[in-house]
Amino acid sequence: MAAHGSDTVARKPETGRLGIGAHLANIWRLTIKELRSIRADPVMLILVVYAFSINVYTVATGASVEANNLAVAIVDEDRSALSRRIADGLTPPLFRPAVEIAATAIDGEMDAARYVFVVEIPPRFEADVLAGRTTTVQVNVDATAITQAGNGAAYLQTVILNEVAAFKAGRDGVSTNPVDVVIRANSNPNLKSSWFTSVMQVINSITMLTVILTGAALIREREQGTVEHLLVMPVVASEIMLAKILANGLVTLVAAGLSLVLVVEWWLQVPIAGSILLFLGGAAVYVFTVAALGILLGTIANTMGQFGLLAIPVLLVTMLLSGSATPIESMPVWLRWIVWIISPTPHFVSFAQAVLYRGAGFMTASPPLIAVAAIGGVYLAAALRRFRRVVLGG
Amino acid sequence: MTDLVARVVAVTHRYGTTHALDDVSLDIPAHGMVGIIGPDGVGKSTLLALVAGVRKIQAGHVTVFDGDMADAGHRRASCGRIAYMPQGLGRNLYPTLSVFENIDFFGRLFGQGEAERRTRIADLTRATGLDPFVDRPAGKLSGGMKQKLSLCCALMHDPDLLVLDEPTTGVDPLSRRQFWDLIDSIRARRPQMSVVVATAYMEEAARFDWLAAMDDGKVIARGAPDEILAQAHETSLEGAFIALLPPEKRSRHEGVVVRPRVAAADDVPAIEAEGLTRKFGDFVAVDHVSFRIGRGEIFGFLGSNGCGKTTTMKMLTGLLPASEGRAKLLGEPIGGDDMAMRRKVGYMSQAFSLYTELTVRQNLDLHARLYHLPADEIAPRIAELLARYDLKDVADARPDSLPLGIKQRLQLAVAVLHRPAILILDEPTSGVDPIARDAFWRTLIDLSRDDGVTIFLSTHFMNEAERCDRISLMHAGKVLAVGTPADLAKGRGAATLEDAFVSYLAEAGGVGKVAAESPAQDAPAAAATAGTAPKRFDPGRLWAYARREAMELLRDPIRLIFAFVGPLVLMLAFGYGISFDVENLTWAAFDQDQTPESRALLESFSGSRYFTERPPVGTTAEMDARFRSGEVTLVVEVPPGFGRDLQNGRVPEVGVWIDGAMPFRGETTRSYVAGLALQYAKRRTVETVGPNAAVSPVTIETRFRYNQSFKSVNAMVPSIIVLMLILIPAVMSAVAVVREIETGSIANFHSTPTSKVEFLVGKQLPYVAVSMVSFVLLVLLAVTVFGVPITGSLATLTLGTLLYCFATTGFGQLVSTFTRTQVAAVFATAILAVVPAVNFSGLLVPVSSLSGGARFLGLTFPAAWYQPISVGTFAKALGLSAVWPEMLVLALFAVAYLVAARLFLRKQEA
Repeated sequence: MAAHGSDTVARKPETGRLGIGAHLANIWRLTIKELRSIRADPVMLILVVYAFSINVYTVATGASVEANNLAVAIVDEDRSALSRRIADGLTPPLFRPAVEIAATAIDGEMDAARYVFVVEIPPRFEADVLAGRTTTVQVNVDATAITQAGNGAAYLQTVILNEVAAFKAGRDGVSTNPVDVVIRANSNPNLKSSWFTSVMQVINSITMLTVILTGAALIREREQGTVEHLLVMPVVASEIMLAKILANGLVTLVAAGLSLVLVVEWWLQVPIAGSILLFLGGAAVYVFTVAALGILLGTIANTMGQFGLLAIPVLLVTMLLSGSATPIESMPVWLRWIVWIISPTPHFVSFAQAVLYRGAGFMTASPPLIAVAAIGGVYLAAALRRFRRVVLGG
Repeated sequence: MTDLVARVVAVTHRYGTTHALDDVSLDIPAHGMVGIIGPDGVGKSTLLALVAGVRKIQAGHVTVFDGDMADAGHRRASCGRIAYMPQGLGRNLYPTLSVFENIDFFGRLFGQGEAERRTRIADLTRATGLDPFVDRPAGKLSGGMKQKLSLCCALMHDPDLLVLDEPTTGVDPLSRRQFWDLIDSIRARRPQMSVVVATAYMEEAARFDWLAAMDDGKVIARGAPDEILAQAHETSLEGAFIALLPPEKRSRHEGVVVRPRVAAADDVPAIEAEGLTRKFGDFVAVDHVSFRIGRGEIFGFLGSNGCGKTTTMKMLTGLLPASEGRAKLLGEPIGGDDMAMRRKVGYMSQAFSLYTELTVRQNLDLHARLYHLPADEIAPRIAELLARYDLKDVADARPDSLPLGIKQRLQLAVAVLHRPAILILDEPTSGVDPIARDAFWRTLIDLSRDDGVTIFLSTHFMNEAERCDRISLMHAGKVLAVGTPADLAKGRGAATLEDAFVSYLAEAGGVGKVAAESPAQDAPAAAATAGTAPKRFDPGRLWAYARREAMELLRDPIRLIFAFVGPLVLMLAFGYGISFDVENLTWAAFDQDQTPESRALLESFSGSRYFTERPPVGTTAEMDARFRSGEVTLVVEVPPGFGRDLQNGRVPEVGVWIDGAMPFRGETTRSYVAGLALQYAKRRTVETVGPNAAVSPVTIETRFRYNQSFKSVNAMVPSIIVLMLILIPAVMSAVAVVREIETGSIANFHSTPTSKVEFLVGKQLPYVAVSMVSFVLLVLLAVTVFGVPITGSLATLTLGTLLYCFATTGFGQLVSTFTRTQVAAVFATAILAVVPAVNFSGLLVPVSSLSGGARFLGLTFPAAWYQPISVGTFAKALGLSAVWPEMLVLALFAVAYLVAARLFLRKQEA
């Protein structure tokens, strides 16, 4: 300590500005510091692990919008071999076992939403079919069950017509179809929804965690006053911000990569057509963008509580209006344009779908990434502006 | 009654593994001023909280007013006679409520009538000098005024025991004196009242009747101040405190000797400020402050919290730009981005501001690297600092596990790490025990005298100010006087520096008048309220909580936006975003046949309203590429020879490729294609065989009920209302409870007769009201923007919604009893509410399709029961007769959540 005074004077001459090397060194140091902070926060780590593992698994296997387990009731006024054959044709997993109800019960049962479909088989149905007389089967559909009503009605129609055709063919031995239409689905032949939702859930987790991690990291520093402490050192605001973005982005990126390999490919057995590395490269651009969004939110809210209230609607809107839940083409055109301009998520979702499902290469898949990067640039500029204002108390 | 107000016998209290109180026994005399003295973290607050009955006794016995404080009945009966003011400036106040509203809330909790409250508030505010400010929000009061307001709130019900936890910490000396004068005058008015005070200011304790000095969870001395001084053979209480410490601690203490300063050879001042001013909006935090600090000088800033000390220091470090005036460090002007300047300054902020997640060594290392110390110097420098600041033993510990004194040493080590010429230290010793404080000062003196470091520090300890070379007295943004401590005292003809400061403050006149008027005569109802135990349930208290919560909510823009704008934005996003209408599917033909027959087949696709045609595909490779880029979602491949085969009655195969990337869209596309194929087959059969040859005699008539146009939005909107009315109300009511824990105002629930049900329901009502307003807005949005009409009974829907909102806000309160921070409350509630509401309540999958665990989960959650009411009244034209069972279940949910929350909510702290 005695040597202190002489050291103070005997410093090499310095300029007021730092060279680029010093900036990079600062960012590197601060990034290491951020990574250590993340490691020291068990709650956040558990959240990261949960979001990329159990969460992906349960959403992929649980919440399914494919028509499944359809609840069907039958009003059988014919009581013939054919009508029983139709009831028996409604087999799991597509249908729950059909329940027979009385014609008078239809309204009550449907009002109470106990069945989504009620099939009414008219009297003398079998006789009419055998005689070649026109007869009508009525299918009542509860159209408020929107995920099942349309496709379920189509399946029900197919089952009934097939049973009738097979019944007749058994007697006449003639097929009547002039063309054989073979429908093949690319990239997901059985149209299993878990293939889709698992990957989309990984994207949702990337969005959610990056925003929460970076925003919370900033607010924690603001609440504890450590960010002020950093700013009296030879460190500039943009270095602090970039370090937060890099460290938290890296964590989500690594977690996302592991999640794709371990949870999606191995646990859920979803075959991934494209290159995971290309996906992660694109995800790096996306993570940068949403991390900037997290910083921006962290500068708008003053406390963790406010940050939570702010983050929930923002996250829900970015995740839902992205094409990762329902097709983006079904949105009104004006809304589609708004989300394309303000949100990076729909662009990234279309990039991810092209790469992971359709096996698109870099050239085919990259245009949406440019949009992600552009939106990220705007977020970053806004975040930096607000960061300086809020932290330096302007 | 004995002459003891409280008796503490063999009380031990632990937080995790730390002992806050270690087998403490203490008899607290009645009708006097009792002081519990000692530095931070020795167990004073715990002891006071146990006496006030707001903390749960872990081991031992606490008797207050001759009753056992472990007995809930006795606590309820006596809490009307005890008033408790927790630690922290105005921590139990509601910052957005005015002075009047704050006191009024306490009056309501103690069941006082309107007229009585008005008289009492007028009396109390007059006595405390707050009467000109009754309409000012508590958050905008100065520290001294906040403490007076807290005192008013505590005195509102004429308590017989007043428990004050560090009421004057961070308050300027004049306000501090006024505060104690006020307490004296109140005691003169009500001699039966006992006052128990905790304080870290030893000098203040001299005016108390009886003292207990505490250290490390133990009482080390007790008795009247004179007795304690005599026992320790000391003249000051601080000296006595050190003398009475256990020998092993005392041995570490050395007195502080201020060595004379050798004037620097260079006469450029280290710090120079001229007319430095900082405004925040209209508020002038620092008002034309000027001073010059010589090299190697120890310069002290003395003043209360909020007087502008910190703001001035931040301007000197370049953290805050000055609004006016200028400042120079070492002769150079301060610039915000001047990196060379930053290396010459070391800064230590008021609160501990190092990384608690990094170890001591990692903190030092991070700072060494950010200051770009040469790599080979870093390790020796850190080793040197660890030795010098006595941090070797804790080098690998995390700071939050260390006592405050060691943390402060670490902060200082970090501040001097890069060998700065100037140190700026903002209240470096507040809360630190006397021994550690003296050790800290010896280091500062070494730095100044041996190394010539200029030290600029702020403090509110008078004895520390006396050690500075020069000090500046600051108040309300202005410097009142600058000089050596001795000169300042002499200049005012005062015996002590404190007297001199008080006289300057009185002259500045900014503190408000001393409560000179004699207090009014004893309030009439005092004896009456003190005598009877409060009722178990009182609708007045419930209403007081509801009223206060509503006022706070209406004054908090972020929460209001979340409550009202949140649901609307989310409803628009969900309503437009979650659509299961599959339209605008892009398709292309891959016609390898090019015959009239193939074109006829393809026409049935171009004619469909679901499909949008793109240029035809020529090759298989092209088809693959276009699928990859997502340009087409459907390709119809007609093989060569299709027309010929068809003509010859052979059944040709048509390949339809669909993009399966999004399965729901793929599935729907497949059923569209199947439908088109069927139609084509019929048409073709009619064309070839003739109009009477029906393909199949069976036609299927599909009736889409309740939503004839089969639009996604008609089904989604009522379901989204279900989701919105659980997400927003549950999150808000959860935050409402946890907020009180975080800000500290939960202490009022602990220390007043408020019952758990009053607290919970009182806080729930405003959110039910807010949710009903959001409901109205959501319905208006549904009807006007989305064009989804209510076909059933609006009254039924409203009643069902009311019950649902009680259930969902109750759910939020239940979650809040498990969470400790607001951010945890927000996310935990959101996840716990949204997952079952989205997945198992009929939003995506009808409940009738669920089975097993999913169905059970759905049915144990209110959303699954409200869904039929919402969808039923919107789409199915239902009324009360159809949905009353669901309503009954919702009411049961509301009651069950309340009962569960009541069970888990704690009336006392752990």
